[in-house]
Amino acid sequence: MEADLVQYTKFDQLENGTEAVPSTYNTSDFRKGLKVQIDGVPFLMVEMNFRKPGKGTALYECKLKNLIRNTVVDRTYRAGQTLEAADVMEFTAQYLYRQADAFVFMNNIDYEQYELSAEQVGDFAGFLKEGLDCQIITFNNQPIGVTPPNHVILQVEYAEPAAKGNTATNVSKPVKLETGAEIQAPAFINTGDWLRVDTRTFEYIERTNAPE
Amino acid sequence: MTSAILKRRAELLANVRQFFSDRGFTEVATPRVDVEIIPELHIDPFEAPGLGYLQASPEMHMKRLLCAGSGPIFEIAQCFRRGERGKLHRPEFTMIEWYRPGDDMQAGMGLLDELLQQMLGTPTATRTSYREAFQRSVGIDPHTAPLEQLQKKAGEVLDDRDELLNLLLARHVEPALGSGAPELLYHYPASQSALAATTIDEQAVQVAERFELYHGGVELANGYHELTDPVELRERLAIANEGRTEFGRPTLPLPEMLLAAMTDPGMPPCAGVALGFDRLLMLAVGAESIDEVVI
Repeated sequence: MEADLVQYTKFDQLENGTEAVPSTYNTSDFRKGLKVQIDGVPFLMVEMNFRKPGKGTALYECKLKNLIRNTVVDRTYRAGQTLEAADVMEFTAQYLYRQADAFVFMNNIDYEQYELSAEQVGDFAGFLKEGLDCQIITFNNQPIGVTPPNHVILQVEYAEPAAKGNTATNVSKPVKLETGAEIQAPAFINTGDWLRVDTRTFEYIERTNAPE
Repeated sequence: MTSAILKRRAELLANVRQFFSDRGFTEVATPRVDVEIIPELHIDPFEAPGLGYLQASPEMHMKRLLCAGSGPIFEIAQCFRRGERGKLHRPEFTMIEWYRPGDDMQAGMGLLDELLQQMLGTPTATRTSYREAFQRSVGIDPHTAPLEQLQKKAGEVLDDRDELLNLLLARHVEPALGSGAPELLYHYPASQSALAATTIDEQAVQVAERFELYHGGVELANGYHELTDPVELRERLAIANEGRTEFGRPTLPLPEMLLAAMTDPGMPPCAGVALGFDRLLMLAVGAESIDEVVI
């Protein structure tokens, strides 16, 4: 791929330069990344395609991600229609502790604490270690979701010793992590090893050094 | 923009100039900014304080030249349209626009097809009426289908036929257009004639002598067998301004100098086409977005 000679004009940034979040967005404000609400449900505009067939009304074809259910819907808006803005915030918060069914996180900037349910944390609960920085999403200041970093480093609490002579890397076995989850790891992994784990697939990536 | 695209752009412009020069056209340069403009329902011009409006197309002044006896003319013009931004849209873009006296709609489509064949090496364009295209993709006759049927097909409770047809065109008709050979869509509803003459088609329906060219998923050009009657044009522009008010847009001044020239000495019967040059270049280099072919 040949490199660009020059970057193209930056007028998009001029048009979208407003700082304050308005209470409603007109179609002309529509762009990827906008947070809107429909019937009280917050959505993230993940795609926006401007179309203008012939001499007709401009159409704004949007893919909207439901921030509570994580489903994506297609919606087409005609020029002049509006969507209500959603007070959605995303910030870094560290996991503090679990209290009964609640997972408690703290905003790293203002130290405000947020409780998320087991359902909101999902399968990642078994990989949550105290002090881990995650991204918290709130709607009207209520937490609605948490996104862990793509990789976490966790210590193996227990691994069956490898059968003698069996050092093949394509043989896997279940190992239990310090946070309680069990994953498949190669046969050479021992109790006390540190592993890098992919939080999107919950799969072993590699053996690594202890975090500093 | 890469240096390869920069060179291809220059080459394509030279080829366009040669194409029109070979056919006896005169290249013209008309004002980019004027106090008058042609009001259109869904086109928002930029205001240039103290100067009027940045022109959304070179149409107004090119038609004044036709009235003055210019003969066949073409222009490669920067055009400006507020709020148009997408994979195929930038608020400033390059238009190739041309007019040839004596041409009817078929001749107008023929010249456009010829240009495309020479520029991109495409096969002969298929010609499909607006009715046929809707029958094929939506299963209705767009001219006669009752409003309720249009609403049902579009899944929207609007009472504006043209808005519903526009939605159906975008969702169901356009995606199927020009996927093989380029495709010319013609005989739009008379209510969408803009500045095209109207005629009575073979099913005795009044339709616009307007056509659009689609190729490779891109709407490339819009053409008319031009309306030459200044009285009717004034009425249509007034309707466009009324529609603008309904859509919450400011009304625009009428192109009085053009209307005067169309009254005396009058505009010769002709066909005219506006082709998005950046989109032509996109097709020539296989670009996905207009941003790849401009700086």
